[in-house]
Amino acid sequence: MDATTPPGAEEKPVFYELEEHPHPPGASTLFGFWLYLMSDCLIFAMLFAAYAVYGNSTAGGPGAAELFELPLVATNTAMLLLSSITYGFAMIATDEKRQGATIGWLGVTALFGAAFLAIELYEFSHLIHEGAGPQRSAFLSSFFLLVGTHGLHVTFGLIWLAVLVVQVLRRGLEPANVRRLQCLSLFWHFLDVIWIGVFTFVYLMGVLK
Amino acid sequence: MSSAADQAFHAAPDSHDDHGHDDHGGAPHGSRRGYVTGFLLSVVLTAIPFALVMTGVIADARITAGIVIAAAVVQIVVHMIYFLHMSTKSEEGWTMMALIFTIIVVVITISGSIWVMYNMNTNMMPGMGPDTATMTSGGM
Repeated sequence: MDATTPPGAEEKPVFYELEEHPHPPGASTLFGFWLYLMSDCLIFAMLFAAYAVYGNSTAGGPGAAELFELPLVATNTAMLLLSSITYGFAMIATDEKRQGATIGWLGVTALFGAAFLAIELYEFSHLIHEGAGPQRSAFLSSFFLLVGTHGLHVTFGLIWLAVLVVQVLRRGLEPANVRRLQCLSLFWHFLDVIWIGVFTFVYLMGVLK
Repeated sequence: MSSAADQAFHAAPDSHDDHGHDDHGGAPHGSRRGYVTGFLLSVVLTAIPFALVMTGVIADARITAGIVIAAAVVQIVVHMIYFLHMSTKSEEGWTMMALIFTIIVVVITISGSIWVMYNMNTNMMPGMGPDTATMTSGGM
């Protein structure tokens, strides 16, 4: 056994466990991924802080109230929210070991995610076309940095999703793939949480001012 | 709790069942009902602030801002519970500890930045603040 008796202990043997406990593979993956998300949260905290500081520094250029179109932002928010619940349905299908349904819901999620990105890119190009690009003012620099970083995360989430669809198609809903799907689930819902902060503090509060 | 990783663990030889490792493989699972509840709550909590700002029903912008921020905070909590499946029990409370620590750092970062920069702006020489930067030539 994994125990030893130290020399000199004559009355009562003392047992030490020298071997590690068996850890199933990937047992701490989700917690580790959660810690990554928390550090990602700190990145966004920096960007939100920068936006909060520079949000009024328009350098004589257009401000938030003139630039932002709330109907577009509302559509974007709806896309991301819908993609969140369809990813949830994909996870339920995974729990029920229904591979076809998992793939299907992941596909729907990808469509909503792509729609979100398309609308955001349209908004960006529209702003730049109007002369309100990131180099116009500190307000626009911090806006493009914050919203762009979020959009970049969604882009990588979509790439990850596509890779996982291929993985599931080739190897099925094996434990490793289920674990990866759970990690992406955390990532995807986390991005939706960040977007709540973006549409509240950047768009709604910006137009309100 | 009946995830495949958990089963793999129980099938492993020489498993120490009395060490409380059962929690490891179990990612908290959501139910269809939970996701739909979270989704409907999110729709309401998104629609209210957008409607308030777009229609401008409330004349006082400060009251609107308060409602908008309150809706956002509630919606973040809704997402945490129904979509991210946060609970004080997952991973023996360590996910919650990490989250609380992160929230503290986030609050210090954002409120500290606003506070420091506001004070710097108000205490700067007249004509050098961000609002007047266009009036002075070479305001840098």
